[in-house]
Amino acid sequence: MLRFLVRRLLQAIPTLLVLSILIFAWLRALPGGPAAALLGDKATPEKIANLNHVLGLDQPVIIQYFKFLGRAITGDFGSSLVSSQPVMGEIGTYLPATIELGICAMIVAVVIGIPAGYLSARYRGGVADNVIILLTLVGVAVPVFFLGYMMQDLLAGPLGLPSQGRQAAGLDATSITNFAILDGIMTSEWDAVWDAILHLILPAFALATIPLAVITRITRASVLEVLNEDFIRTANSKGLTQPVVRRRHVLRNGLLPVVTTIGLQTGALLGGAVLTERVFNFRGLGFLLAEGIERRDYPRLQALLLFGALVYVLVNMLVDVSYGLIDPRVRVR
Amino acid sequence: MNTLLTKKKEPIDKLAAASGRSLGAEALRRMLRSPVAITGGAITVLFLLLAIFAPLIAPKDPYERYLQDKVSLGQGIIPGAQPGFPLGVDDFGRDYLSRLLVGAQQTLLVGVLATVIGVLVGVLIGGLAGAFGGWVDTVLMRLVDVMLSVPSLLLAISVAALFQKPSQWTVILAVSMIGVPIFARLLRGSMLSQRGSDHVLAATSLGVKRTAIVFRHMLPNSLGPVIVQATLTLATAILEAAALSFLGLGDPDPNRAEWGIMLSRAARQFLDVRPELAYYPAIAIIVVALGFTLLGESLREALDPKNRR
Amino acid sequence: MALLEVRDLTVNFVRRGERSFTAVDGVSFDVEPGQTVGLVGESGCGKSVTSLAIMRLLARRGNTVSGSVRFEGTDLLKLSDKDMRDRRGRDLGMVFQDPLSSLNPVIPIGLQITEVLERHRGMSRKAASIEATDLLDKVGIPDPSRRLSEYPHQLSGGMRQRALIAIALACRPRLLIADEPTTALDVTIQAQILALLRELVQDTGTALIMITHDLGVVAGLCDEVNVLYGGKIVERAQRHQLFAEPRHPYTHGLLASIPRLDAGRGEKLIPIRGSVADNIPWDHGCAFAPRCPNALPVCRETQPQLVPDRAGLLRCHNPVRPAVAAGGGAR
Repeated sequence: MLRFLVRRLLQAIPTLLVLSILIFAWLRALPGGPAAALLGDKATPEKIANLNHVLGLDQPVIIQYFKFLGRAITGDFGSSLVSSQPVMGEIGTYLPATIELGICAMIVAVVIGIPAGYLSARYRGGVADNVIILLTLVGVAVPVFFLGYMMQDLLAGPLGLPSQGRQAAGLDATSITNFAILDGIMTSEWDAVWDAILHLILPAFALATIPLAVITRITRASVLEVLNEDFIRTANSKGLTQPVVRRRHVLRNGLLPVVTTIGLQTGALLGGAVLTERVFNFRGLGFLLAEGIERRDYPRLQALLLFGALVYVLVNMLVDVSYGLIDPRVRVR
Repeated sequence: MNTLLTKKKEPIDKLAAASGRSLGAEALRRMLRSPVAITGGAITVLFLLLAIFAPLIAPKDPYERYLQDKVSLGQGIIPGAQPGFPLGVDDFGRDYLSRLLVGAQQTLLVGVLATVIGVLVGVLIGGLAGAFGGWVDTVLMRLVDVMLSVPSLLLAISVAALFQKPSQWTVILAVSMIGVPIFARLLRGSMLSQRGSDHVLAATSLGVKRTAIVFRHMLPNSLGPVIVQATLTLATAILEAAALSFLGLGDPDPNRAEWGIMLSRAARQFLDVRPELAYYPAIAIIVVALGFTLLGESLREALDPKNRR
Repeated sequence: MALLEVRDLTVNFVRRGERSFTAVDGVSFDVEPGQTVGLVGESGCGKSVTSLAIMRLLARRGNTVSGSVRFEGTDLLKLSDKDMRDRRGRDLGMVFQDPLSSLNPVIPIGLQITEVLERHRGMSRKAASIEATDLLDKVGIPDPSRRLSEYPHQLSGGMRQRALIAIALACRPRLLIADEPTTALDVTIQAQILALLRELVQDTGTALIMITHDLGVVAGLCDEVNVLYGGKIVERAQRHQLFAEPRHPYTHGLLASIPRLDAGRGEKLIPIRGSVADNIPWDHGCAFAPRCPNALPVCRETQPQLVPDRAGLLRCHNPVRPAVAAGGGAR
């Protein structure tokens, strides 16, 4: 088991290395050259020359790359052109917000998606099934940012939900980890916890739309397949009760592909977060990225893109490993 | 009669052969019986017709700023629906209906080109990897893995951000990159599974040259899944292009009538003034994306040899 | 009263846009306590569907079942799903054809046995595990306590089928239905499994319905044999009689087509010409007529009825006459 884990980790390293090479190349390909890009408006000839030296642009490409790698590993990505803060620091500050949003969105997607997919499969061909299928198809056809605006426009007012931001203006909540809910609980500031939750609702649902649709579809397809398997017939021939058959036989097998899907959908979340956070002015990494794009803040872009890929690779690796935990056929190696 | 009792699903070829039809014809027959396929197909055809004939159907010139003097964003005024302008005008005073109709053309262009480029490059990579195997396969697939390790929108953003001046073409290129690894994986997988199959082994043992095997035996069999995926990719291409526009990486030319661009501008700039200007292109995008998705999914069902029938 | 009384069991499959298909057509037979009854026929003759219908394991939609299936006096077809679930596993057990696909791949074998014991005999997990070890031992699986925690893919085909038998017999049902239990196994393993079944059935006094297309299986195991064709029973006889003097041309053909070790070299195999698809509907005559060497014109006009014949039943207008050894006789 441990060997499996280590092997997967080692497999991920070449991918990450190639990724770092590509990002390195990407920076070199930017208009005006990397130094100009990294300095933006503040570029003056001396500054450019300076930065060129720091980046080692006068040296062979290999050395440049290793300098870049060295800086990347120590977390030195320079300072943001927009905020003049070290990019790594920014990432640290705003990461918890996106994690909170992402987790909420994934919870929504899973808690609604899996039962919906199961019901759809169980009552296949019925009205509920057709409605659910239609909703999942529409769900992936709606542009996420448009959905966000619509929700702001149509739902915020009537439901009494905040349409922007992470925290109500004027609410002075103590911030320790910058996980709003966690902080509020730790300091027993319950109004802060409630406020954080309210601010998360709309963006989380908007962000959850695509993962929800996909999880529902995959659950449905998988459960349908399992329902036709011979061992379900065996389970029924044993006279087991319906709940037992459902839990131990149908779902235990049917949910396997769903686990993989959750991992893949984290990627959709990362991309979707950029759009959702922008629309809702929710200050997380997605917002940073969106702002960075608009203002051509290359230091930020470089770091965030690398970070996003890193997270995605790690999550998928975790998913792979967990698959080994839940499917015994994969385990024995 | 046996098929009703056996648990195993009969390969569609055997069934089709039994009923004397080719795989393609059998698939078509199935699709014509499916309401999902018909809906998807109808939307797609409608969209294609619209895209082709839009300039002829459009009541007015989509670029002329008829009511520009009546627009005042600062005061929050944009004229709404009125005689001669059934869907109102946009922030430049142009007839929105005409722009929407002509937008079909531009939107289709973006979708099709992005998909086609993705297919061509992806199939090339995947085909080479699958045909040659060995280190060619390893290297190419490692590259594909890396592309897949970046979430699709971020990948598109990276490519789009490379260009100093964003344009329709940078958007198309960026979006096409999303499809490349998908098609590469698809084709490689198809080729790998076919390499061990009987018909390829038979051809090889008969002395058929490798290129002939690849082009005449393996590629045609891979065609089905590629077409299905291409249809689905078309839908997502339009959506990703819209997202890029929203983020500011799209074509800044305000004259261009493309639904994604129209939607982003309307949503970001004058949603509170005249929300319909966002809803109309949004609905158009949703319907078309839905249509292609329905078509693609029903194609997949129809071509699936494991279907119980 | 017999243990199981099947009367006029009929199963119709309906598919959207297609004609309905009668897989089981008015089948009736009895099974006495402790008796082994065979259901024999080619693929598609309705024998599997019969067993699934008895156990009420057919899909909820797409088929209609009529007739009656009385088990110890109670009509199983009329029970609620909950009541039927109570009986399955406890009073009736079933063993299926493909042991790998018939077992849940992601839970250990032990759990697949203990869950039956927990369900019907209310045993605790611990007690059930001990019983399960015992069962695995009885079906001839070596090192049973270790097997409990193994997964189906870790066992060989023969062992899996033994496990399935153990599962089916765990609660000592009064009736066991075995649907082609050896078809998916190697020939040598087949013999072992059949011997196991015979032994278990004798030891526990369980009645057994053996479903197979293989007459060799029937010969070693069944007391009474029903031959099915096109969804109907065409011959019923005690084992010895069936093999010694098959009356129905189909049965005769099945027996004649078995390759024999004592046949001379160069002697051709005698198949039954045509295939199951070459038939005519029962209401237009005899379904077997197109393939029958004994077919008369009446066979393509009137359906033969199932009538008593010697000690059994026969459905044929022109049965096979026994070859009289001495004294000549019409052939």
